[in-house]
Amino acid sequence: MTAVPVESSIHAAAVTPVADLAAEGIAVGYDGRRVIDELDLTIPSGRVTAIVGPNACGKSTLLRGLARLQPLEAGRVTLGGRDVSAMPRREVARRIGVLPQSSIAPDGVRVAELVGRGRYPHQGWFGRHSSDDDVVVAEALAATGVADLADRRLEELSGGQRQRVWVAMVLAQRTDIVLLDEPTTYLDVTHQLELLDLLTELNRVHGTTVVMVLHDLNLAARYADHLVVMRSGAVIAEGAPDEVLTRETVQRAFGLEARVILDPVAGSPLVVPVGRFHNAGPAA
Amino acid sequence: MDALATPPTEAVDRSVASRPLEAARAIGAVRARSRRRLALVVLIGAAVAVVLALCALLLGAASLTPDRVLAALFGFGDETDRFVVFRLRLPRILAALLVGIAFALAGAVFQSTLRNPLASPDILGISAGAGLGAVLALLVLGVGGALVSLSAFGGAVLVAVVIWAAAWRQGLHGIRFVLVGVGLAYVCGSTVAWLLARADVREAQTALHWTVGSIADVRGDDLAVLGIGVAVVAIGVAVFSRVLAPLSIGDDHARALGVGVDGARVLLLLLAVALVATATSVAGPIAFIALLAPAIARRLVDDGSSALAASAVVGAVLTLGADVVGQFALPGLTAPVGIVTGVIGAPYLLWLLATTERKSRS
Repeated sequence: MTAVPVESSIHAAAVTPVADLAAEGIAVGYDGRRVIDELDLTIPSGRVTAIVGPNACGKSTLLRGLARLQPLEAGRVTLGGRDVSAMPRREVARRIGVLPQSSIAPDGVRVAELVGRGRYPHQGWFGRHSSDDDVVVAEALAATGVADLADRRLEELSGGQRQRVWVAMVLAQRTDIVLLDEPTTYLDVTHQLELLDLLTELNRVHGTTVVMVLHDLNLAARYADHLVVMRSGAVIAEGAPDEVLTRETVQRAFGLEARVILDPVAGSPLVVPVGRFHNAGPAA
Repeated sequence: MDALATPPTEAVDRSVASRPLEAARAIGAVRARSRRRLALVVLIGAAVAVVLALCALLLGAASLTPDRVLAALFGFGDETDRFVVFRLRLPRILAALLVGIAFALAGAVFQSTLRNPLASPDILGISAGAGLGAVLALLVLGVGGALVSLSAFGGAVLVAVVIWAAAWRQGLHGIRFVLVGVGLAYVCGSTVAWLLARADVREAQTALHWTVGSIADVRGDDLAVLGIGVAVVAIGVAVFSRVLAPLSIGDDHARALGVGVDGARVLLLLLAVALVATATSVAGPIAFIALLAPAIARRLVDDGSSALAASAVVGAVLTLGADVVGQFALPGLTAPVGIVTGVIGAPYLLWLLATTERKSRS
């Protein structure tokens, strides 16, 4: 194993150009059934990318493939042109952080200890937590607004606090790319916005590349620099939200009749679906 | 592997300068508190083990007075006293401690890697498989010594593979996975009983040994195999135990943190199976230590860790305590250690079965 590359620190990431993460003709599936096949995608570095699409379109599967949580049946994922599967696991873990959909909190674990587990890929075989690790953990807790909870047990926290603790753990990993699988699920609207603001801050301040699967089209349009729209395991549109998120794309991806207006707060596209009982007013 | 993966880079130095150190100290304090608590649990456990060992040394059929035991212990006293202390009592105490450590450590590894408090080698039939392997080697193949341990290992691995084939694909949690193991435990247990009957083993002690587990007749050679086996494998477990922390928060998290999940899990489980095999080949399938000790240890340490060291100490205390109780608690009645652990463990198992489904649903 080599020493830690400098760009593995989120602070250095703003200075050092971040390596591109890309999928090249990947196929990912479960039990032999391919959910996505021959998919190509380049994640723009230093930007916030949101992947959206209807249920079962393969958006989470794509993220799991990118995050090497799911084995690839074909193709490859590259980081700065290098095949990720050929890189040492620890090195990948120092460059790509992942917040998966499901997390298990061991009984009795305290916030500080759990977030400290994010330091795992930075510690040697017999590595113990150093005071440097404590500094990183403290920063991650402060960034996610849970510094006061360091000594609390995870099971005592609310759902929103818990989700922020898990995000803090990913931040403590100090990677320049962060992949998140539906990070706003189970959060109320206030906590959803808080979390997305936090990820935006991470991106703006440290230049971290953020990739997230989101359910909510309008939040995705507001927070993403780059929007990837999927349907049936394929990418049907990608680009800046105001170019991508049109009436036609929504129709094609979701089979949904909708108007797209301007979000009066963010200036991003706002999708207003038309239902069977609500279809009033002039077309946009 | 490099020893210290994070050289203090410029970036870290900047952050130290720009942010108050108090926050980092608070993090360090939380960690230090849980370290102190672990040390306390281990120390108190060790003290209890010493007290129990003294009880076991001083009590016994050939009523030696404490001063004669102590004299024999330090090489004085007559031949008979020394024989009783060094050939009868001390080996039994050491066997109890080692077997307890082995079962408890194996249980802690199983429960942590599989993230299921029920998934312990005694419940899953791994111990029963090891017992079957040992009995096959002794009674059918007619071999002895380390070959018995090897055969026990083979039996335990076989059970693990069958469980994997039958149930692990459906997920490691829930009751189905455990039921397959319970079924296999019965199959192995009845086969052992059949082999014992077929071999016409009339000696009750031998039959008890292989059906409920006993450390009454562990002697020199067995003790050496047990001691070396447990020491070597326990060191292996300690080396690889690092992956338990990421593994315990889910396979996805562990992969994201750079753990080769499948390989790490198989390796740790094999080491645990080796511990079970070593202990079982000497003492038989002593029930519930593997299930109970890690559960007690985790509750005592209470920091969300796998509590391996504490489990080992608790396992040693439980086994030695159960053996002392079995020998001396009821005057005129001696029970092998496995009977006592069974009596202690069964209520816990019932409680666990009653609450585990509710937990896995939440």
